[in-house]
Amino acid sequence: MSTDTPALDSSPAIASEAHGAVNYDDAIVKKFIIATLVFGVVGMLVGVILALQLAWWPANLGLEWTTFGRLRPLHTNAVIFAFTGNFIFAGIYYSTQRLLKVRMFNDVLSAIHFWGWQIIIVAAALSLPMGLTQGKEYAELIWPIDIAITLIWVVFAINFFGTIAVRRVKHLYVAIWFYMSMVLTIAVLHIVNSLALPATLTRSYPVYAGLTDALVQWWYGHNAVGFLLTTPILGLMYYFLPKSVNRPVFSYRLSIIHFWALIFLYIWAGPHHLLYSALPDWAQTLGMVFSVMLIAPSWGGMLNGLLTLRGAWDRLRTDPIVKFWVVAVSFYGMSTFEGPMMSIRAVNALSHYTDWTIGHVHSGALGWVGMSAFAMLYWLVPVVWKTRLHSESLATAHFWIATTGIVLYVVAMWSSGITQGLMWRAIDDAGQLAYPSFVDTVLELMPFYWIRLVGGTMYLGGMLVGCWNIFMTARGASASAASAPAAFAK
Amino acid sequence: MTTDTKASWHRNLFEHRSALFAVAMTVAISIGGIVEIVPMYTLAAKADTLAGVTPYTPLELAGRDIYVSEGCYNCHSQMVRPFRDETLRYGAWSRADEYQFDRPFQLGSRRIGPDVHRLGGKYPDAWHWEHMRDPRSTSPGSIMPPYPWLYEKTYDVEDIQASMKAMQTLGVPYSDQDIASAGENIQAQAAAIVANVGATGATAKGDEQVVALIAYMQRLGVDGRAALEAEAKAGGQ
Repeated sequence: MSTDTPALDSSPAIASEAHGAVNYDDAIVKKFIIATLVFGVVGMLVGVILALQLAWWPANLGLEWTTFGRLRPLHTNAVIFAFTGNFIFAGIYYSTQRLLKVRMFNDVLSAIHFWGWQIIIVAAALSLPMGLTQGKEYAELIWPIDIAITLIWVVFAINFFGTIAVRRVKHLYVAIWFYMSMVLTIAVLHIVNSLALPATLTRSYPVYAGLTDALVQWWYGHNAVGFLLTTPILGLMYYFLPKSVNRPVFSYRLSIIHFWALIFLYIWAGPHHLLYSALPDWAQTLGMVFSVMLIAPSWGGMLNGLLTLRGAWDRLRTDPIVKFWVVAVSFYGMSTFEGPMMSIRAVNALSHYTDWTIGHVHSGALGWVGMSAFAMLYWLVPVVWKTRLHSESLATAHFWIATTGIVLYVVAMWSSGITQGLMWRAIDDAGQLAYPSFVDTVLELMPFYWIRLVGGTMYLGGMLVGCWNIFMTARGASASAASAPAAFAK
Repeated sequence: MTTDTKASWHRNLFEHRSALFAVAMTVAISIGGIVEIVPMYTLAAKADTLAGVTPYTPLELAGRDIYVSEGCYNCHSQMVRPFRDETLRYGAWSRADEYQFDRPFQLGSRRIGPDVHRLGGKYPDAWHWEHMRDPRSTSPGSIMPPYPWLYEKTYDVEDIQASMKAMQTLGVPYSDQDIASAGENIQAQAAAIVANVGATGATAKGDEQVVALIAYMQRLGVDGRAALEAEAKAGGQ
């Protein structure tokens, strides 16, 4: 590694600053990496089980703990908060220390953050299959767990902003802006959406009723996507992508414009989840208009990422890390085009309530989030374990298995969603429903459900290859640590 | 690469001053939510009002909690959109006031099964009794899982009273008398369902969770439908 200074910035004051003396905490980064892999496999395995249940209902097993209705929240929560959460914490703890040239503010807070978060995940994994839920999507966890999340988030916020306060670099690099917006916004969203009155130890009722509850929930739900699955990962992209290819970020000015536009516009977009509901029309229209505008800052981020690769495109053929980044950022661009399009009323009338939505979510989650995670991990794991990646060809194999899996998954869901949407609305010559039996419109989807199962299983398989590769990398490092001086992969 | 001098205002204003930067971000992310959510309260009086939407009975409330707990919302929506095909398939499109006692809301986001907002009264109690035990007995080809445990587990009156108290605190018009007499109210409503189910030869005891769930499902969309029919009648005269 030539320097720890972010590639975007070459202001002399920073470039000349000594950085060798800082004793960075990489033990906490390793912990978050291990948790990322463990819960990534768990979350996606549950996803594969759900896909099987939809294709073949006996896979519900006739047990209350394994029915689709209880397992689906486990899948979404595991992927969003356990897999993605741990992945972004790993990246943030690593890059924040380097960008601010200082160790994390407080090791005890780091430890409380890590272990507290894992305990919350275990509590979620136990309570959701038991049917303990608040019944709001991605906010299902019961009120005692919600309070724990709030406390642990505050610990993280103190640790993160404390590190900023004691930083030894005057300015804040663009990655840090995105992390800051996540820490602040997730706190606001979680607290406001979770306000509820407990009736018993495990049950509570929201302070909002009916459509107000729906509006608050989708303000939360859409911005959980915006500020947990998007902004922090853009921040990670701004650190790890330039690091991986040794190029400066394409445009500093573009990063300023798209950062402010993104965080300002995102918050408005929630009502696009409630189009054609009884929510007041003006709120629906605001949601639609702001969703369409979101395409500009989203593509600003995509372009800044892809154009950072200028002059390094040849490495797309040889370097699996570049492959992962290019596909991740491309899926980001694709799903941030698709999302605004689906927010247009006329399109939403067809897509809403169908698998098109599921396909859209997974092109974001599998394509953008999952591929970014491994783009980062394949660079970061050898660095923090001070060794070389066990196998580049295994990483390339992971890339192709995962990419093929995503394509199968997303194409199956597009086909399924459009098929069912058209069947629902089909009217025959007599002016009656062409498919009056709902079940008929479901049975039509079965081939797509099997294809989706294959795609999802491939993605999980690729992930297992990745886990094995990373496990062997870490094991090789600890074996050679005693005998040879550490060498960086790059 | 040298830092773009035209953008140095951003560096001087925010990137060197983390507290001000954080405050500015908080303002930026707050505006949209405030503009969209606050009017839901201040404009509430102007919403289209449907007379006659009343709170759930204690047994229906228990059934609703079971609906939430089993995650029914993961496959069933409760929102009929104002489209011709949806009103043909499900009934009158959903109005805002019909949701006023729904905590949490259950509009759903994916119809793996059909919308249920106008389910109340569509099928007899016995249909639901059979359907929850073996969905394919009433809906051939259905991919819904069976729910045998709802026939073994029972609801708890004191638990329901705790829920009613919380709802009362939140503004739902349950009187203290309603809460105190919840037990009798539940018994009466459950007995009617037991009788309806019994008429087809099945034996229900009345305290099974599925009985509460049936009570809730038979209530879905009923008040709104009655109010809309009354409105249409009044308009026609």
